[in-house]
Amino acid sequence: MGLDFSIIPKYMDVILLGCAWTIGITVAAALLSFVGGIIFAVIALYAPWIVRQPFRLIEWLFMGTPLLLQLFLIYFGLVQIGIDLPAFVAGIIGLGLHFAVYNSELIQTAILAVDKGQMEAARTLGLSRAQALRKVVIPQAVRAVIPPIGNNMIALLKDSALVSVIGVSELTLSAQRVIGKTYRPFEFYMLAAACYYVINLCMEWVQRKIERRISISR
Amino acid sequence: MQKVYPFFLEAAWVTILLSVLTAILGLTCGALGAAARLSRFWVLRFIGAAYVSLFRGTPALIQLFILYFGGPQIGIQLDAFEAGVIGLGVNAGAYMTETIRGAIISIDKGQREAARTLGLSQWQAMYKVILPQSMRLMIRPLGVNINALIKATALVAAISVVELTYTAQRYIGSTYKPFEMFLLAGVLYMVIIYVVGKGIAWLDRKVQIT
Repeated sequence: MGLDFSIIPKYMDVILLGCAWTIGITVAAALLSFVGGIIFAVIALYAPWIVRQPFRLIEWLFMGTPLLLQLFLIYFGLVQIGIDLPAFVAGIIGLGLHFAVYNSELIQTAILAVDKGQMEAARTLGLSRAQALRKVVIPQAVRAVIPPIGNNMIALLKDSALVSVIGVSELTLSAQRVIGKTYRPFEFYMLAAACYYVINLCMEWVQRKIERRISISR
Repeated sequence: MQKVYPFFLEAAWVTILLSVLTAILGLTCGALGAAARLSRFWVLRFIGAAYVSLFRGTPALIQLFILYFGGPQIGIQLDAFEAGVIGLGVNAGAYMTETIRGAIISIDKGQREAARTLGLSQWQAMYKVILPQSMRLMIRPLGVNINALIKATALVAAISVVELTYTAQRYIGSTYKPFEMFLLAGVLYMVIIYVVGKGIAWLDRKVQIT
């Protein structure tokens, strides 16, 4: 069977819809991982011992096992305890938590790197510890950490392909469905790869813009 | 529960084998990629840059699918295990290319200049002066690459290689005990990653002393 790229236009709408889903899932998971990352970082640094230790274990579990396995656990495992999530929600939660753990590592380092004087000054001015963290320390830490988090988000885009395995109709599964009809795996997986590559380039472009903006306002 | 242990151990062995072969192929591709990216010839530099950009810019899962399902269309027939090793290895190689290149270019320029002044050829300067120094810098980040690669071997479950994740998935289907199966597979992954991590830390220490 040779190659025939001329059938691509006929199925382009399916693929584009898949792209939209991939972008949607990536954005939702990215937001979750960002907020989750901040929360995890604060827990890891400031929570009492009794909260911190089990949390460490969870973090360790997330970093030491494959994302695919984690997605299976969230999608199939939560059913076992009576929580039946739609596949795309499970996918977003799985991707979001996985990358939240990685973001948390970055944010922790950044929080520790913010000058101690900032916290002290904020406390002297009458802010509570929580307020000082939320209004003074974390905003500065987050700014420092945006470039490496950008890299994580690009990794997240690529890993979003994994949610196809639990049945979310994003780009990869859309390509698979079309292939089921046409028996043309090479053409359509290539097309999917090209779509991912383009989305990836767009993300890199946005990342560069944001980085430039931050470096100017500093 | 006890009945599944042997299957999981066997699957862990497949994961280890996959990881080792993938790491070897990845390091080879990474070394070649780095050599290409640092080459004097723009054609090689371009090929190296395209390799890194394309393979890091698309999901590894899609790359595996192209190779395994699309391969036969262009005359490449591989079984799932071979496709897994080649797909993951070439993918990991793209990341390792950047690691190795980063370690090489971070060596002070003066080192090469001094070596050249002392009469060493371009190749000798690289082989005897630059590489030994950059080797120390690259072991730790290559360790990070290898750690990621071990976890990425889970992807070949999607092309039905019977490794840890596939086995967990299979027994989740038949036992309806996802948490137990996940934990079992997860623990085995963590053991593998822990041992490899220790090995890399040992290697790193070893190289630092000399």
